[in-house]
Amino acid sequence: MDELLQHCLNALMLGGTYALLGIGLTLIFGIMKVVNFTHGELYAFGAYMMYALVMVLGANFFVALPLAIALGVALGALLQFVLLRRLHSADIDTTMLVMIGAWIALQNAEQLAWTGVAKSIASPFPAAPLVIGPVSVAWNRVFVFFIALILIGATYLLINQTKLGRAMRATFQDRDTAALMGVRIGNIHTATFALGSGLAAAAGALLGPVFVAYPSMGDLAAAKAFAVVILGGLGSIPGATIGGFILALAEELGAGYVSSGYRDAMGFLLIIVILLFRPTGLFARKERIG
Amino acid sequence: MRAGLTILFLGILASLPLWLDNAYLLHVLIVTGIFIVAAMSLNLLLGYAGQLSLGHVAFFGIGAYASALVSLGFKLSFPFEIVVEAKPVWLAMLIGMVAAGLAGWFIGRIAFRVRGAYFVIVSISFVEVVRLVAVNWVELTQGPMALNNIPPLAVGDFVFYKKPENYWLVLGVAIVCYILIRRLVYSRAGRAMVALAENEPLATSVGIDVTRYLVLAAVVSAAMAGAAGALYAHYVRIVDPDVFLFIYTVTMVIMVITGGKGTLAGPIVGGLIFGLLPEGLRAMAFAPEAQWIVYGVLMVLVVYFLPRGIVPALQRK
Amino acid sequence: MKLLEIKNLSVRFGGLTAVADLSFAVREGEVLSLIGPNGAGKTTAFNAITGYLAPAAGGIVFSGRKLEGLKTSQIAALGLVRTFQKTSLFAGRSALDNILIGLHLRGRQTPLAIMLGLPYVAREESELRAEALRVLDFVGLKKRQQELAAALPYGEQRLLEVAIALAARPKLLMLDEPVSGMNPSETASFMAKLAEIRLLGITVLLVEHDMKMVMGVSDRVVCLSQGRIIADGTPAQIQRDPEVIRAYLGERYKHVVN
Repeated sequence: MDELLQHCLNALMLGGTYALLGIGLTLIFGIMKVVNFTHGELYAFGAYMMYALVMVLGANFFVALPLAIALGVALGALLQFVLLRRLHSADIDTTMLVMIGAWIALQNAEQLAWTGVAKSIASPFPAAPLVIGPVSVAWNRVFVFFIALILIGATYLLINQTKLGRAMRATFQDRDTAALMGVRIGNIHTATFALGSGLAAAAGALLGPVFVAYPSMGDLAAAKAFAVVILGGLGSIPGATIGGFILALAEELGAGYVSSGYRDAMGFLLIIVILLFRPTGLFARKERIG
Repeated sequence: MRAGLTILFLGILASLPLWLDNAYLLHVLIVTGIFIVAAMSLNLLLGYAGQLSLGHVAFFGIGAYASALVSLGFKLSFPFEIVVEAKPVWLAMLIGMVAAGLAGWFIGRIAFRVRGAYFVIVSISFVEVVRLVAVNWVELTQGPMALNNIPPLAVGDFVFYKKPENYWLVLGVAIVCYILIRRLVYSRAGRAMVALAENEPLATSVGIDVTRYLVLAAVVSAAMAGAAGALYAHYVRIVDPDVFLFIYTVTMVIMVITGGKGTLAGPIVGGLIFGLLPEGLRAMAFAPEAQWIVYGVLMVLVVYFLPRGIVPALQRK
Repeated sequence: MKLLEIKNLSVRFGGLTAVADLSFAVREGEVLSLIGPNGAGKTTAFNAITGYLAPAAGGIVFSGRKLEGLKTSQIAALGLVRTFQKTSLFAGRSALDNILIGLHLRGRQTPLAIMLGLPYVAREESELRAEALRVLDFVGLKKRQQELAAALPYGEQRLLEVAIALAARPKLLMLDEPVSGMNPSETASFMAKLAEIRLLGITVLLVEHDMKMVMGVSDRVVCLSQGRIIADGTPAQIQRDPEVIRAYLGERYKHVVN
């Protein structure tokens, strides 16, 4: 029983970051219909930026964090502007390939810049874990959990309470009508990609100090992001949030009770199983009948 | 005229081992040839049937592992006791193709239910699951420690040890695969696949069964990729879970797309370029990461300037 | 003899009832036209009959066989072929290839035979080619055989669509607004083509807005409004039906009445 509680707590602490990854991707995937292969690289970028700021430049941890996220947002906007603007009417194969090309280039650039050796990032939290009765949790993970919640909440507010958010939702529901009503689709796409990338970078910036930073860390993150999107249904932020926690729980239970080697397989297995039975995800928003 | 050029081209290719002194270059050509077979098979699924499958290396790897395991013989105690004695390599290769074909059947049925971008994700997930199984099911696959000493193909007394005979074997298989695909594409079945890819509602309105042709494309494509995998296993004679890495699927996809998907020559042109390019870059002392950056940039450039690939661009001239 | 029988067909679209309690029949050999204002449910009914939409209730019987639950391709194999309201072709293929695809059901080649290169495959291919040319000739597009479907002028594209459907050898041909967008001379030649199609023994179910054509080719007319049938009879009867005139024809079309 204690073991189960511990697993649940671990999942809770980690689920928030998975949710961040998933929300970022569901926005991009949902609004722009782009299979974003660079999502994982933004995650890695966030982690590496923390490394650069904290370990190389000696910045304060709590200053570096928002800065790393901001840099992620900027990189996302840049990528969209350079690569995707011209392709806005291309078919899915084309954008997919451009994204794959960008992913390859980014990951190897990261490898070239930082070498393949894993980098650890010092965090200012006490090393001893917080003990609550039969379960324990590391302080840095608690921090990650709360920041993730704050970011999820902020994103939710942005999408539902601001003009930009309304434009994004309109574009998601019906792009052509939104354009007819004056929404600048190009700008919305840039904003969406920047936001989504920022969330991925945030996840990386938060988890980098908890684990380590290494060049291919983005690949697994991207895969989990996709799993979360499918769990939660395309374009659904609440779905992605819940999906993030479900995935974390599935991984924890799988690793704990089946075999730790298959932890990372859980996400993929969930994807396959869910899509087999519900080809559009669990909580899929009803598409507009057109 | 066209037939003459083709025969000349094939003749030069066939004669290569007789005058090319460089064993390393021959090795590169053999591996490139194997990749071209895989690329041709992917072209059938991606280029003709229009299925965005990014899990093609799963079929390649399943073919490789199945063939290697059957040729080595293996013992399992879980989920139940199985003992398989080592079988002759040609039989193992056939079994490898069948195993890959079965996986193709599974993917084909999924492709019918799950469409578009979702199918992309399912195909990637499928490979990753297979890879993780290969890594973790150590009893069967030896995990990361790899299957070693895989026997080479033997026909009667002749053993395919050295490079020249392997080169000719791969060339022969490539030619056969090309002919098979060509026949399929220019037939009723090929037309049905393309029709489904281009306009599914119209295709079904004239009686083309979606499931049947998606599954057909997937099974043939997978079996061919499995054959490539089996060739690889018995040439390189080592197979480890890295064969399932996403980067190899990406390589095959790049070959097909830049060469020209939906054309017969496309995967061959793409295969030659991206099979030989790394060697060229290595010769110029590029770091391996830099090579990949060049690949990535090249991909983006080709997609921008030659969106349908190289072969269609040449055909228009 | 009733070739197609629709009984109490209802189709719903996310809360909206597009078609309600529709019942009518198409007799073998006749040309029946389905008319009605936009949004009356005509194309929806088409989609439900041919398996693109699942009906909420009701039965569809074709040649004695129940069609509910069958796949579109199975329905086509039974002899029920439809065309689409918006121009629908294999745009990137030549006109000849478009027809060859339409001839799919006539072929017998199995994938295995194809890959093995068995002789009957090549024979069947040349037979199919000859047949495709005959179909193109029937609609007057033989000279366009190598042209890309997307490059054809609009009127010819619509003819090609009908040709593709004809290639599938339907017993019942369902045409969804075949002459929409055509000029009067194209429409007149299409009406003549329709007469030829009748002579081939093909039954026709037509959705159309062009009243001249409807009155000119139909044996019977069924009028829909807001998902329900409001009139069913000969063209002459329909023209005089007050319900129809009120719902659809209006004062503007008085001149069509002879």
